[in-house]
Amino acid sequence: MLPLLETALLPIGAERLRKEVRGFLAEQTAAGAFVGTCDSWLSGWDESFTEQLAARGWVGMTIPTKYGGHGRSALERYVVIEELLAAGAPVAAHWVADRQSAPSLLRYGTELQRQSFLPKIAQGRCFFAIGMSEPDSGSDLASVRTVAQRVKGGWELYGTKVWTSGAHRAHFFVVLARSEPLGPDRHAGLTQFIVNLRGQGVEIRPIPLLTGAHDFNEVVLNGVFVPDAHVLGEVGSGWRQVTSELGFERSGPERFLSTFLLLASLAHHLESSSSSTTAETEEIGELLARLITLRQMSLSVAAALSEGSEVDVQAALVKDLGTRFEQEVVERVRLVSHVFADQDAAPGTLAYHLARSTLHSPGFTLRGGTNEVLRGIVARALGHQ
Amino acid sequence: MKDELDAVAATTARIFEALWSTGTEPGDPPYWAPQVWEALVKAGFTLLPIPEEHGGAGASMLEAAVVLREVGRFGVPVPLMETALLAGWLLSATGLAVPAGPLTAAAPDAMGARRVRGGYVLTGTLSKVPYGHIAENVVVVLPTTPPLVMSLDPRDWQWVRGRNLCGEPRDSINIEGLFVSEEWAAVVGSDKEINGSELMIRGALGTSLLIAGAIEAALSASVSYARERTQFGRPIIAFQAIQQYLAQMAAESAAANAAAMSAATNAARNGSPDPIFVGASKVQAGRSAGIVARLAHQVHGAIGFTQEHPLHRYTTRLWAWRDEFGNERHWARILGERALSTPGLWDLVTRDTPGEGT
Repeated sequence: MLPLLETALLPIGAERLRKEVRGFLAEQTAAGAFVGTCDSWLSGWDESFTEQLAARGWVGMTIPTKYGGHGRSALERYVVIEELLAAGAPVAAHWVADRQSAPSLLRYGTELQRQSFLPKIAQGRCFFAIGMSEPDSGSDLASVRTVAQRVKGGWELYGTKVWTSGAHRAHFFVVLARSEPLGPDRHAGLTQFIVNLRGQGVEIRPIPLLTGAHDFNEVVLNGVFVPDAHVLGEVGSGWRQVTSELGFERSGPERFLSTFLLLASLAHHLESSSSSTTAETEEIGELLARLITLRQMSLSVAAALSEGSEVDVQAALVKDLGTRFEQEVVERVRLVSHVFADQDAAPGTLAYHLARSTLHSPGFTLRGGTNEVLRGIVARALGHQ
Repeated sequence: MKDELDAVAATTARIFEALWSTGTEPGDPPYWAPQVWEALVKAGFTLLPIPEEHGGAGASMLEAAVVLREVGRFGVPVPLMETALLAGWLLSATGLAVPAGPLTAAAPDAMGARRVRGGYVLTGTLSKVPYGHIAENVVVVLPTTPPLVMSLDPRDWQWVRGRNLCGEPRDSINIEGLFVSEEWAAVVGSDKEINGSELMIRGALGTSLLIAGAIEAALSASVSYARERTQFGRPIIAFQAIQQYLAQMAAESAAANAAAMSAATNAARNGSPDPIFVGASKVQAGRSAGIVARLAHQVHGAIGFTQEHPLHRYTTRLWAWRDEFGNERHWARILGERALSTPGLWDLVTRDTPGEGT
């Protein structure tokens, strides 16, 4: 069986930190700096908000102080990001850099890379995107066809990446490419490269979401030069590095809080209608119970990750349960509230949240690895024991 | 702490492996596992969270939690939760003597006590008491103001025997004018939270832990079966449909375990179980129990539906326990009522156990 995760306890001082974040969010909301939206970590791009967070030390929290970060623990960061997500704050700009690029740079980057990227990430001035998926490589990531050819002083990249959220606004993305011809071990010969999205030979085309919104992009790499200094980690170790990165990507609170604002909005709606039925109360209570559980699971994975444990499989479980929960929230709220889903309603209303959550919901169980593929990973781990 | 807990769990598992025959059919005489109980008494596991000055082991709720999880995982019919979490608590918390057990407890709605010289006269009904006819003492907490706790000696009682879905005794009796000496009764002080709803919370915590254990056993049995059973020339675990089921069961297992253990951790640190953490864990346990029982039977095919195959020892427990001490709806309503009043939903989600985490 899979090893059971230990219950995580939050650090002393977490409550004070939580209060600070709540105070800041209340101020920002009152000042009209943002209106909370569902799924804000994907599409709430607001660089001035990111700078405000960074000024308070809430971006790059776990980056050591010597690299311009704040040397806080993974669970302290957890407290901050869950507060931001629950409020639907616009955190998309720094999300990828903060969540996975910075930890990857710390783990695999050279000293020079750490010094040049990490301080800017912590200042909220350097944004990253993810360069994994391709037109012919979705769930089957090892089949990537972007190639890296050895040239003098570095590499030249040829290929196409897709579903690259924020590529049109971010500064860099980390590209997984084949640096050796495909051999019998398809996980060998892959390398990660830090690619300047504004560099020569990079072409970025929007792929509008079904709402028409521009988050996704297709990024064509046409002989993009990457100096040796921008190889991330070891040449040929890309698969291992990507796998560990996915542990961070799959188990965070964004895997069950994308529709929290919708649920909170329903609770508010029922509370103010002051005549909620037993059935409605029970709906809220059941979803609350599952939310509490998911959070405990996610916290345990975060604690284990910060201790360097291999918890990819447990992270996959959190993502599977959490993202299905996000979708179920939409269904339950729809049935309980009887509200007409309206994307043209005023932002912040139940009708608006319901529309946006419904229209974003297909993505929940796709991004970060489709749930079906993740379950395959879990089943293999179960069967191998 | 983790090492200590692992050691307690391992010792419990060794006792069960040595003394509990999975061939014993629940619901057949003697209806429970007295030889296992004796071994648990010897190991000092039956009164784990009871303070030493009251005859217990003075251990934390977490140690009791890992033992209960093992009881669920092995499907052993012993009133450990009833003794350690319910009756033992009622007795020690009110300063009454704690016998070695086995004990059981109930919070009857329909029971009253009349004060007489030297004690009380008790009249009313006890319904579906866990391990009623097995218990050496039945501890009741009456819905009086203030609540009254009594330790009853059921030696001469004529129980109406009943059982739950997994064959554990759930016995009932009408009591008419039973004299209870005051040395076996305690009026609950106004400074103490000892009443029927607290008993319910403790029962829900214990049941959630038992369910987490039984889910793990059902998952483990399903993985083993899927690796052994061959169809279409391949072990059925090679089929994606089966893999999806197993992974879903693993997710439910991890969820039920995380919910129950975090509720137990919170109880251990705060000194008493919290209705929100426990309620969340019982909702999760009940939901996961249903999903896992259904998928485990689907993976096992017809053989799992027979008495010959041991799967039913876990699935019948899942079906029984999810309805005891409040089903999903019961606890969902309590959580929902709290969520729809101040301070509100997000505060309830983030009400953490204060810790020394990093």
